[in-house]
Amino acid sequence: MIELSGLTKRYGEKVAVNNLTFTVRPGIVTGFLGPNGAGKSTTMRMMLGLDRPTAGDVRIDGQHYDRLKDPLKYIGALLDAKAMHGGRSAFNHLLCLAQSNGIPRSRVHEVLDTVGLTSVARKKAKGFSLGMGQRLGIAGALLGDPRILMFDEPVNGLDPEGIHWIRNLMKSLAAQGRTVFVSSHLMSEMALTADHLVVIGQGRLLADTSMADFIAQNSRSHVRIRTPQRERLLDVLHGAGILVVETGGGVLEVDGGKSEHIGELAAQHQIVLHELSPQRASLEEAFMQLTAESVEYHAHADTPAPAPAGELGRFEQPAPQWGDDWTRS
Amino acid sequence: MSTPQHPTPQAPPAWQGAPGPAYATAGPVYTSPIPIVRTHLGHAITSEWTKIRSVRSTMWTLGVFVLLVVGIGLLAGAIVAANATEGDLADDTALSFGFFGLLLGSMCIITLGVLTTASEYGTGMIRTTMVACPSRGRVLAAKAVVFFAVAFVVTLVSTGFVAMVHVGMLGDARQPTGSEWLKATFGVSLYIALLGLISLAVGSVIRHSAGAITIMIGVLLAPLVIAIFMFSSSLEGLRQALFEYSIPSQMSVFYSSSLSDSGPTGWDPLWIALGVTAVVLGGAFALLEKRDV
Repeated sequence: MIELSGLTKRYGEKVAVNNLTFTVRPGIVTGFLGPNGAGKSTTMRMMLGLDRPTAGDVRIDGQHYDRLKDPLKYIGALLDAKAMHGGRSAFNHLLCLAQSNGIPRSRVHEVLDTVGLTSVARKKAKGFSLGMGQRLGIAGALLGDPRILMFDEPVNGLDPEGIHWIRNLMKSLAAQGRTVFVSSHLMSEMALTADHLVVIGQGRLLADTSMADFIAQNSRSHVRIRTPQRERLLDVLHGAGILVVETGGGVLEVDGGKSEHIGELAAQHQIVLHELSPQRASLEEAFMQLTAESVEYHAHADTPAPAPAGELGRFEQPAPQWGDDWTRS
Repeated sequence: MSTPQHPTPQAPPAWQGAPGPAYATAGPVYTSPIPIVRTHLGHAITSEWTKIRSVRSTMWTLGVFVLLVVGIGLLAGAIVAANATEGDLADDTALSFGFFGLLLGSMCIITLGVLTTASEYGTGMIRTTMVACPSRGRVLAAKAVVFFAVAFVVTLVSTGFVAMVHVGMLGDARQPTGSEWLKATFGVSLYIALLGLISLAVGSVIRHSAGAITIMIGVLLAPLVIAIFMFSSSLEGLRQALFEYSIPSQMSVFYSSSLSDSGPTGWDPLWIALGVTAVVLGGAFALLEKRDV
């Protein structure tokens, strides 16, 4: 369990993290979401005692991180795949970490096996691909068999097979009763792994909610209808007390997920329908809307508020299309 | 915050040193089968020892160091032995010819000292290190202990070997006394290891390998070079001080053949180095605690 209260970090005038208060609970995967530059990594560094907070407090199972006597057994963290000396072999990298926490040498072999790097254990880390580097970083996080795991953008640079592996790993770790905290700038990725969501933008807390609630609140569903007998259908729907919105181009929209009901009504009155399709707004859109508002809130009308679509420019890499991932897993 | 909380009062685990506040959890918390160990400086030292022996830069810098000290030492000894005429060496001990090799070799120790700390910032390894050991002072202390031991032992073995060969080679020279032996091997090794320790502290402050190495080589050579080219007579006092307190000059004191007649004598350079190390290392500790990693 990780508790943040009023956590704030200022770099001169710039406020990177602004009064964050939330709790990360065990047994579930908590997603930490925000666009690049929202303060996710700074927050994680403060959780791990690397950066000193300007104000506020982080407690790990009730203690400050730097008071932990054997921190790797409390928290395993993957901050950055390249946070290692390239000239050192994978085995020696993990060995020096294990030794600093009094973890037996046999455990190094175990975690190398878990992440599938046993065959390259004696190879230098600088020869590793990004995916292998991530795996080595994850091996380091698992070394102390910790109760809390923290991953900063773990799927960056991974191939689909690696992404799939990490997702399942995080879910299984949470299922064992561990606290799993994972950051990402991709809503689509979070939708597949996280049970709980913490969303920040511009260093501020925007949402702290369960994934199910977030979906329910943010993905407005409606039914799209096209029909040659527009007037008749409008009458029938009106008679049934269903609110209809005309969106132009002969398309009618009905809020809520009542496509069966509408279909039955149309059949009863022998109305021809050319289209009757339930629609869902993408979570990615909802997320960008949410974070775009936080940008707007700070921009003070000097500059036009960036449109949600313009937000895409803030991503280092183009966000994959919503739904790309559904078929994969 | 919509997840319903079922506060399960949890007994503080027996291994928890300080009684922390009881916290509510949403479900059963994972407990690891790995035994809990209260870590201390010893763990950090073991870890740093693994680090220093598992990178090639250690082997390179120490290899070049031994090559310079032994190679140049033997070369100097051979040239002197071949060219010295009767009585030339009567005033000196054979030990003093170890100086040249060690002066050049000291740059390797400086480099290794800087790399021990600064390279972790260059690679990002420092974040992994500090997460594994959040007591920052302990990390720096462990690095200092391991590096100092390595630098001292390697220097002692190299200078000791060169000294014995020189004394055997140059039979004409005055036989060194016990205290001269001690200074030219043990004493100068301590001095070089301290010089490395200062470099390690500078590396920790600067956090940039190339920058810190440049600074340390400047500290090593600049005062002497400046003194050589300082012609103005009005600066004579300053010139003399730069000359006497330059690191090469202080090193030569251990071989009882000081480059100048006044200035530090006997074991003075060691006490000076000890004082400077304490100040710089103290600064490094203070900054490490204060700054973000």
